[in-house]
Amino acid sequence: MGARGSHSAVPPDADSIRRETGFSQASLLRLYHRFQALDRDNKGYLSRMDLQQIGALAVNPLGDRIIESFFPDGNHQVDFAGFARVLAHFRPVDEEDPGMQDPKQPEPLNSRMNKLRFAFQLYDLDRDGKISRNEMLQVLRLMVGVQVTEEQLESIADRTVQEADIDGDGAVSFMEFTKSLEKMNIEQKMSIRILK
Amino acid sequence: MAPLMLLPPGPGSCRLLLLLLALASSEAASDSNESANSTAQDAPSARLAASSREPAERISVFELDYSYVQVPYEVTLWILLASLAKIGFHLYRRLPHLMPESCLLILVGVLVGSVIFGTDHKSPPVMDSSIYFLYLLPPIVLESGYFMPTRPFFENLGSILWWAGLGALINAFGIGLSLYLVCQVQAFGLGDLHLLQNLLFGSLISAVDPVAALAVFEEARVNEQLYMMIFGEALLNDGISVVLYNILIAFTKMHKFEDIEPVDILAGCARFIVVGCGGVFFGIIFGFISAFITRFTQNISAIEPLIVFMFSYLSYLAAETLYLSGILAITACAVTMKKYVEENVSQTSYTTIKYFMKMLSSVSETLIFIFMGVSTIGKNHEWNWAFICFTLVFCQIWRAISVFALFYVSNQFRTFPFSFKDQCIIFYSGVRGAGSFSLAFLLPLSLFPRKKLFVTATLVVIYFTVFIQGITIGPLVRYLDVRKTNKKESINEELHIRLMDHLKAGMEDVCGQWSHYQVRDKFKKFDHKYLRKILIRKNLPKSSIVSLYKKLEMKQAIEMVETGILSPAAFSALQQAQRTQETKRLSPEDVESMRDILTHNLYQVRQRTLSYNKYNLKPQSSEKQAKEILIRRQNTLRESLREGRRLPWGPQAGAKNVRYLSFPYGKQQAWRRNTGATEATDDDSSEPGLPSITFSARPQLGSLRESWLAREVIPMKSLPQGTMTLPFHDSRDPGLGRRAVVRPRPLFLALDEEFESREESDEEASTLRSRWTVERGHSREHGQSHSPLLRRK
Repeated sequence: MGARGSHSAVPPDADSIRRETGFSQASLLRLYHRFQALDRDNKGYLSRMDLQQIGALAVNPLGDRIIESFFPDGNHQVDFAGFARVLAHFRPVDEEDPGMQDPKQPEPLNSRMNKLRFAFQLYDLDRDGKISRNEMLQVLRLMVGVQVTEEQLESIADRTVQEADIDGDGAVSFMEFTKSLEKMNIEQKMSIRILK
Repeated sequence: MAPLMLLPPGPGSCRLLLLLLALASSEAASDSNESANSTAQDAPSARLAASSREPAERISVFELDYSYVQVPYEVTLWILLASLAKIGFHLYRRLPHLMPESCLLILVGVLVGSVIFGTDHKSPPVMDSSIYFLYLLPPIVLESGYFMPTRPFFENLGSILWWAGLGALINAFGIGLSLYLVCQVQAFGLGDLHLLQNLLFGSLISAVDPVAALAVFEEARVNEQLYMMIFGEALLNDGISVVLYNILIAFTKMHKFEDIEPVDILAGCARFIVVGCGGVFFGIIFGFISAFITRFTQNISAIEPLIVFMFSYLSYLAAETLYLSGILAITACAVTMKKYVEENVSQTSYTTIKYFMKMLSSVSETLIFIFMGVSTIGKNHEWNWAFICFTLVFCQIWRAISVFALFYVSNQFRTFPFSFKDQCIIFYSGVRGAGSFSLAFLLPLSLFPRKKLFVTATLVVIYFTVFIQGITIGPLVRYLDVRKTNKKESINEELHIRLMDHLKAGMEDVCGQWSHYQVRDKFKKFDHKYLRKILIRKNLPKSSIVSLYKKLEMKQAIEMVETGILSPAAFSALQQAQRTQETKRLSPEDVESMRDILTHNLYQVRQRTLSYNKYNLKPQSSEKQAKEILIRRQNTLRESLREGRRLPWGPQAGAKNVRYLSFPYGKQQAWRRNTGATEATDDDSSEPGLPSITFSARPQLGSLRESWLAREVIPMKSLPQGTMTLPFHDSRDPGLGRRAVVRPRPLFLALDEEFESREESDEEASTLRSRWTVERGHSREHGQSHSPLLRRK
């Protein structure tokens, strides 16, 4: 895609990003254009404010957390590699036979496990590897309208934790989380078609 | 053609009609009625004549003259009856899901038709060629053009043109030719229908009106692209079939004896292209002119709707004068004009335009459908089994052929091909509607001696497709779109599923729209550099969306805090809530009730599909939800700031983030602008104390996402530096003062319906009003000190 205009055509480190994320050349280029479009001041990285300018995220109940997920480890900036890395989780799963892949290579970012891990991080804000009842309650509160009373929310949160909690520690670990969602078609739920 | 019809003499029919209309008419009146009517030829002169003929008559105390008002009276009654039927239709909740609204209209028409037939009454002349083409058709087309979501349309323009244009042609010629072949068979008695007539019939019967399908898709959340294809087809199809129709009529007139030369055919094709493109060209010109004119209508905003309508209509008429396609002209005009007019025009004008457009098109369509029903019950039919059955069959076959063939080809070039299921849905959505009927009815009898046959066949096809296909398309779409509804989902799963849906929607938004960059970008650059400068009013702050946002939030926040929903107390109470670590055994009823709570209260995932409803403008619940979410976020952030808690992402967002956190500033800014606005406008705000917070409603089609994206792409860089920062800095930069007059241009939330209703609710309004007048006083002083903002001259 010969791009005109003031933006540079090819992302830096395109090859290593491609290897890590598995995007096709065309998709990567499109992502780069999008990255540049979001990066209004041409800084070369995105800050939280840039992402907050996306209007639709403002009316997404989980908007803040989604934005937060782009900034792992408390950074305040995300470069294109990080941006692509996060979005790579939503790449549709390849149809190829997984047995063909090199078993020594790390799991691709869009594997089922990694998708689940990404979703898990939305709950687990303090990164302790467990979703406590309080964290569950917070997420629930975000997603539910104002008509629901606190008691109802608390009991729902209790129930949610209780259903998933196998070892009885009052929190949901990642394995328990995975287990509770084993029947769900995560690959389809967390894939964005255009990222192929 | 006398515009007035004579009532056949006889008290029976008069009384029946009057009864039907539930008018109380005294018995004594009927005698005078008869005498008056029997002498009435042309009412006004007749009245004079009658009175002059019998000067010695006593002055009658009570008279009745029905024929004077007959035509407008009956037309109004029809419309009213249809409206009542629609009200009833929507009151019974399940009906709209079962059948499309066009079914209802047809049924009402049949009812009226049977009444008219039963009472031997002559129906008013609603449908004749000039009335239809000049008055009934333009509003319908204007409305679909205006409410069309432009962005997806242009992104899919290639496919839509390919599909609509070629599809119409293939259908028209295919059906025409096949019917011609059928006519050749002597046994059916159709030998006198020659090729041109069949082709003409093919062209008029191929006009699809998939509005019924759109209503279903809205419900079933079909693929956005699919929706757009069908919408685009609906939009362009009328135009194309009318163009074809006119060309073929011209052919028929010229060559009655089928000696058509190849030159003529080439000329026909060329004419087709000229007519189509010429129409679009005219439409664009008129669109720009009207956008330009609305730039200057600040002080007389009451005529803004008038300008919009008159120019659109003018584009139609001008195109028709030159035998270009008026339909395509008016569509192009609406599409061009909309973008700029929306920004120039005041909120109330904008709402007026929308509602009036809907109303006009609804009236037109109602009249056409009712007339269709009326003419169904009548003596002007000719039934021929072969013709009619074959017509039905060929319609379906050719639609299938065109769908599958055309999409097969276009799928090779598309990034995201349409699946077989999608194609089936498109095939099945080929419902015919009022357009076909009108064209059939208006066939000139001189050229078509067997016109009745055509009309009958058209009616049959319409009834079949509207009723059978219209009613079954809903279940079909749901069947094809089967999701495994696992009823026994645990609460856990439900929550996580919803979380993932939100997450996915959010990520899709981060990715944005991927379209053909270059063409769109070029157009956007051109648009910003030249067009907007010419066509859009000056002094329109681009950051009006920010001030709008503030106003919105503030009003809502006030209300919500007042009603105690979001009191700070609730939040802090949470943290002191005891956490019971014991697991409680929950009964199944508890679980069920939990599930219910969740189902009803979880926020909906943002819909990507557009929502178009031809018959109504509904406020969407998603806007209410969006409001709620925004307010809560605002509140949370405010709370955390107030309590000095660090935000999860640190203080960085605090100072510079105009959007969410600059609450006190925003209030000032909003106030100042409001005072400016209320003084500047001549809107009849009867309570000057209440700042005009009527937001112009975005057409209900546009999803929030679309509007935000549209806004988003305006390069913020092009704004003068410091625009986005706070008004306290204005004193340094007097250049900003010129942007005082604010018409909050909300390509954002469409809330006026709810707002206006809220504003009318007593307690809230009065408390708000009192608050605001108080606070307005304060802000006035502040406003004065930053004087440049109020300078408007």
